[in-house]
Amino acid sequence: MLKGQRGGMLRSYALIAPMFVFLLATFLWPVSMILWRSVSDPELRAALPATAVELSSWSGQGLPPASAYAALASDLVKVDGASLASLSRRLSYENPGFRALLQSTKRKLEAAPAGTTPDLVALDPQWGANQTWQAMKRAAGPVGVFHILSALDLRQNYETGIGPSRPGAALYRSIILRTFAIASTTAILALVLAFPLCAFLARQSDRVRNLLLLMVLLPFWTSILVRTTAWLALLQDRGVINTLLMDMGLIDQPMKLLYNRIGVITALVHVMLPFMIFPLLAAMRSIDPRLFRAALSLGATPFYAFRRVYLPQVMPGVMAGALMVFVVTLGFYVTPMLVGGPGDQMISYYIALYTTGTLNWGLASSLGLILLVITLSLYAIQNALLRRSGVGLR
Amino acid sequence: MSGPRQSLPNRFGRFGLGLAAVTVLAFLMAPLIIIVLFSFKSSGDFTFPITGWSLKWYREFFTTPTWMDALRNSLVLAVSTTLLATPLGTMAALGLAAPQLPGRRLISALLLIPMIAPVVIVGVGMYFVFSMTGLTATYPGLILGHTSLAVPFVVVTVSAVLTGLDRRLLWAAASMGASPFLTFRKVTLPVILPGIASGALFAFATSLDEVVVTMFLAGPGQRTLPREMFTIARDTLTPTIAAAATVLIAASIVLLTASMVLSRPGANATR
Repeated sequence: MLKGQRGGMLRSYALIAPMFVFLLATFLWPVSMILWRSVSDPELRAALPATAVELSSWSGQGLPPASAYAALASDLVKVDGASLASLSRRLSYENPGFRALLQSTKRKLEAAPAGTTPDLVALDPQWGANQTWQAMKRAAGPVGVFHILSALDLRQNYETGIGPSRPGAALYRSIILRTFAIASTTAILALVLAFPLCAFLARQSDRVRNLLLLMVLLPFWTSILVRTTAWLALLQDRGVINTLLMDMGLIDQPMKLLYNRIGVITALVHVMLPFMIFPLLAAMRSIDPRLFRAALSLGATPFYAFRRVYLPQVMPGVMAGALMVFVVTLGFYVTPMLVGGPGDQMISYYIALYTTGTLNWGLASSLGLILLVITLSLYAIQNALLRRSGVGLR
Repeated sequence: MSGPRQSLPNRFGRFGLGLAAVTVLAFLMAPLIIIVLFSFKSSGDFTFPITGWSLKWYREFFTTPTWMDALRNSLVLAVSTTLLATPLGTMAALGLAAPQLPGRRLISALLLIPMIAPVVIVGVGMYFVFSMTGLTATYPGLILGHTSLAVPFVVVTVSAVLTGLDRRLLWAAASMGASPFLTFRKVTLPVILPGIASGALFAFATSLDEVVVTMFLAGPGQRTLPREMFTIARDTLTPTIAAAATVLIAASIVLLTASMVLSRPGANATR
């Protein structure tokens, strides 16, 4: 018996193994690459190996020891063009002036008479500044928190501790906040729209409800690109909605409905609405209508009965649906890109931009890591809520 | 449910609720209906009223080489993804069906993560890894990427029918001397076949709809329908895009109908 059980277990693992290995290669490895790239900082170590060692042992306060200057001077003479270029790009995330500084110092060192080591501070006074060396130390690698801190508008200062990367910097934090704002607006509006629809559907006979649900299922099964394109056509200045409102005499001028927040929210609510409808309808259908009537017959006002009897029973469905819409919307990319303006792009847009556009992979990966951590934690919370309330989606 | 006597506010409330429900359903369906109407509009702009009807945008769609290229690629990718994802996901679901399997919850959480991870993260990660392994701008790379996103849906649908499978049937078959393979072929498979089929439909639809991973992995010449639509929609809308959208809506109607037929009571032998 025991042997048979073990055989069954092995068979189960053997059945799971192909998919597991497949996802290991095509999903877990790629995602680990993002985790790795968010902390990996290889450029300085590759270009200036001896300097990197010196920087790692330096405290970051004041100026580094003379041995660090000597290491930098000898490294700079030896470094090849490609490594220096990628180091320049890495250091330019801190200060664009680094490219010129490194190039000119290398040139002057190479021009110096053989056998002598010129004073770096005499070649360029920037080498006498603590901030220059701090920037180098932050890049000393092989791993570091520079990119992750940058994605939160923070920077490590070895003299004063972690502080804003620039005075008043809030670029990425404002992108994260904007992403949250768009996702929560979408979730709230989806709830407002789904609630009456589900309340209505829950009262219908199975036949009528299933028929009406087709009108939810068809958009749900339709490509997001198709739905977004349809909204592009509807919301244009000369589109259906504006011409309709103008013909009705409600407005004289076309309203701006596209390439702004209105367009993004409209299209997102449309795309996400089914994700709200399914759990909410399931919760409403599981309610015993007799409880509500019992409350009424015991003298409760309809509003009181709604608030104290009906609402607590649908609350798990409301929470499950709203959280689902919120979490899925956080990761949207294509829809805001097509119907939103520059001020409506969400965090995914910047992750893609830094990956394929500006090639700042450290920053792209750090923003990706932040999005991934937020998403997975919210899913974990949702799962815990569902398990506690006993209303599962599956 | 409704009593013979109803107070006026109650009846008013029901009317209001019905009106709100119809409005929301109209909001859901209107964009699809309108884009379908515009695909048949002869003048080729996106405004009402429609004065003349024409099929010329479909003629253009079906005779433009780039659109046909995109359609062909989309179908090839969707079919390949389905063929790869369905057996992988079905096998995993069968393995996960053993209730006391050690580590079962952790494994199933891991297998389902691609379904919930933001798709840009998946795309960027694949871009990093696939460019190291030379898989970017290749069809195998795109198929692997799509399959990774599609396979969890197969696991979910097959697992759903497996929980409905009466385990006593399996014990009965085993006690009568049937080998595990014979039990699977004669008892399990007929029961879970509708689940496998709807998993395959989900995999197909996932690939057909996929655009983000495609944008990261595809080479310049590797068009797909959603990618081509994205490129055009970023520029200016052409009426041909309405025809393309209608073709995709028709595809989703077919897929939806098939999935409804499969989930109909009676399609599953245990219920």
